[in-house]
Amino acid sequence: MSHTVVVAGGNRIPFAKAGGPYARASNHDMLTAAIDGLVARAGLAGERIGEVAGGAVLKHPGDFNLTREAVLSSALAPETPACDLQQACATGLETTMYLANKIALGQLTSGIAAGVDSTSDAPISVSDPLRRILLKASRARSAQERIAAFAKLRPAHLAPQAPSVAEPRTGLSMGEHQALTTLRWDIDRAAQDELAAASHHRLAAAWDRGFFDDLVTPYLGVTRDAVLRPDTSVERLAALRPAFGGPDGTMTAGNSTPLSDGAAAVLLASEEWAAEHHLTPWAKVVDAEVAAVDHPGGADLLLAPVGATGRLLARQGLTVDDIDLFEIHEAFASTVLATLKAWQDPEYCASLGLDGPIGACPPEKLNVTGSSLAAGHPFAATGARIVPTLAKLLHERGPGTRGLISVCAAGGQGVVAILEAV
Amino acid sequence: MSALEKAFYSPVGRKVAAKAGLHEPPRLRRGREFPTGAIVLAPLGPSTLVAETLALLGRAHEAPVIDFGEEAPGYGDRIGALVVDATDVRTIVELEGLRAVLRPAVRGIERSGRIVMIARPATGADWEADAVARAIDGINRTVGKELRGGATANLVYAEPGVTPADLLSTLGFLLQGRSAFVDGQTWRVTPGGAPAARLENRPLDGRVCVVTGAARGIGAAIARTLARDGATIVAVDIPAAGEALAAVANEVGGTALQLDITADDAGARIAAHVAARGVGIHAMIHNAGITRDKMLVNTDATRWASVLDVNLAAEMRINAVLLDPATEGGIAAGGRVVGVASTSGLAGNKGQTNYAASKAGVAGLVAAMAPDLAARGITANAVAPGFIETEMTAKIPFVQREIFRRANSLSQGGSPVDVAETIGYLCDPGSQGVTGQVIRVCGQNMVGA
Repeated sequence: MSHTVVVAGGNRIPFAKAGGPYARASNHDMLTAAIDGLVARAGLAGERIGEVAGGAVLKHPGDFNLTREAVLSSALAPETPACDLQQACATGLETTMYLANKIALGQLTSGIAAGVDSTSDAPISVSDPLRRILLKASRARSAQERIAAFAKLRPAHLAPQAPSVAEPRTGLSMGEHQALTTLRWDIDRAAQDELAAASHHRLAAAWDRGFFDDLVTPYLGVTRDAVLRPDTSVERLAALRPAFGGPDGTMTAGNSTPLSDGAAAVLLASEEWAAEHHLTPWAKVVDAEVAAVDHPGGADLLLAPVGATGRLLARQGLTVDDIDLFEIHEAFASTVLATLKAWQDPEYCASLGLDGPIGACPPEKLNVTGSSLAAGHPFAATGARIVPTLAKLLHERGPGTRGLISVCAAGGQGVVAILEAV
Repeated sequence: MSALEKAFYSPVGRKVAAKAGLHEPPRLRRGREFPTGAIVLAPLGPSTLVAETLALLGRAHEAPVIDFGEEAPGYGDRIGALVVDATDVRTIVELEGLRAVLRPAVRGIERSGRIVMIARPATGADWEADAVARAIDGINRTVGKELRGGATANLVYAEPGVTPADLLSTLGFLLQGRSAFVDGQTWRVTPGGAPAARLENRPLDGRVCVVTGAARGIGAAIARTLARDGATIVAVDIPAAGEALAAVANEVGGTALQLDITADDAGARIAAHVAARGVGIHAMIHNAGITRDKMLVNTDATRWASVLDVNLAAEMRINAVLLDPATEGGIAAGGRVVGVASTSGLAGNKGQTNYAASKAGVAGLVAAMAPDLAARGITANAVAPGFIETEMTAKIPFVQREIFRRANSLSQGGSPVDVAETIGYLCDPGSQGVTGQVIRVCGQNMVGA
């Protein structure tokens, strides 16, 4: 019942800063563009794909069937079914696993996993009291009842509500939470700025060598990631003022991901389907693990992937030495650095129930073509950006090479996955 | 659109322009439509080559009206085409036969009608016959200029040994609307052992055609036209044009390959893309090109080099890889290489030394390649577009553009599909006998040879 699942291609649009070139593009538009680029690259126009799974973190109420609607706007056959999934910043990795599992079980032979987010086109909602008044008025059976409903309206009810990135249970923003982790794990400013600079330089080098020619399709005239600053340096980053953690904070706009717009998609298939469709499989999906920490209870909000990593490696009988490439999502530079420290901390790993420390990740194996600090982080799209990037990198290195993906997510959650080149 | 252009195309403007002699250009017949009127066949000797070719085409033909006397006789109903089999014409005296059938036909031909002459090329063996062969070329060019209403004249030099099957795709192309913007042209058909016994509507079924510069304009039209003819399209363009490229690839059900053709590994990546799909290339269409226009006095080494590299050197590098028989996913035996030259290259064009060099170079290249590839059944040809209505030419100032448009025998700019149809004809397996040729798609532009 277990079929080999391969990553047979990927596509994303260049990512951009919120309010930038995609300010007027909707999630629907961007997701459709990401799917269409993938369809064109793989020659799937008019094809019925087993299932498309996509999602967005910031979603308009009218987008209840976002992915299915994007499929209908795309060049895929309209008989292609779709569903929406959402797991905060891990959405794009979770959609990948959802489809990979179905393919492994033989329920599907092909699927497209995707994620999209627009922080530019975020939904604005009305206040709860106003919503209650409007609903009551719509249920009213007479003009009098309707007037009575509206009589309760107060000016304060009219203020629009923008979505917030604050954690509902703590009221702290993600940056504020990470500032606590940064302090707790004693991550210094210089290390964060170095990681951020390396991310930009590595992503720029990958663009320059044409690495993204078959991973990205331009959109609305944007041909490269608009967040990317190839000429940034540790010195320039060192000059930035702290953004989180108060005046003595070490986290800046330079070593934190900006709010971004973008979409990404991954083509997953059984080996047979990929061969029938003349597609070169880059890597197989080996395994994955999802995890959460007790963040309202004081745990580090963005370190949930640590436990998942330890358990996943143990289950697969692997150690960090068996991993050739690591892709750790750069929500903040300090998230990556705290994760790496936690991997090596015997006490912390023991507290997670692991048999010992996970081990050290050599810097030359980490995020070799840059990550979210340089590319940007349209929440749900990030996982679907990383999966094809890593699969292609592993393919370049040859069969049997392994890569590990670690993505943290809001709510104290995280998803970790292992790919292996075929 | 400029105010001047709007005024020109307004109802009043059109009337004024017509009074000034700038008439509405004729609407051209396009696609796989044959002429509506009768096809008249005029054999000027015992040859049955053209009669047999028409039979393969499944087109009936009628006898010509011949002009014997002072009063030119006429056709009753307008005729759709006159096809002249002049393969037996060797002497100056015999040229009279051409005049005698052309005179009534030029007068009696329908709009978008066709005059097609088939003659023998010069051989170097007989001075008078060679002079006559060239004389027919002069007749063709002049008839092209005298015809009105979108009718065209073209000449085919059929080498001795050419069979009706060899001639089939060429005569079919010339009679159909596909050749709408090909006028006053002459090219050669050699005995090619063409397999075709009839004209196929989808001659490229199951064949892979690679088109560079496919994201827009002429390249997109080539992708669409070859796909209509059955081809599986690999649409290539620079990564920056990827969005439009994806749309074209999805429209034609092909694949998009984002690639800078000047990259060292461009040929290898094209081959790998095709090899992964388990096939070889039937046709490689080198359409991608750039302009960096400046008068020669302002042309620096950078402008010079970039145009020559993209338009000519890159094409040669890619060919070298794809034509290597060891390359998996390369050009298969019986395949096609098509270059895109330009009338600017053939005739020269002010401000385009670099471009003219590259485009004339393409013409020279296919002529050089053709004999070397003949043993593998691979043909190499080029098309040379004249003024074609594209996003690129839409940027030319209106008055200048209107002059360019009208400076040909059809008084209009061509459509990208006209270039694409000509390329489709060259890619047809039935066009095996057409190689080393440059076919201008220019409506018989006034400039150039």
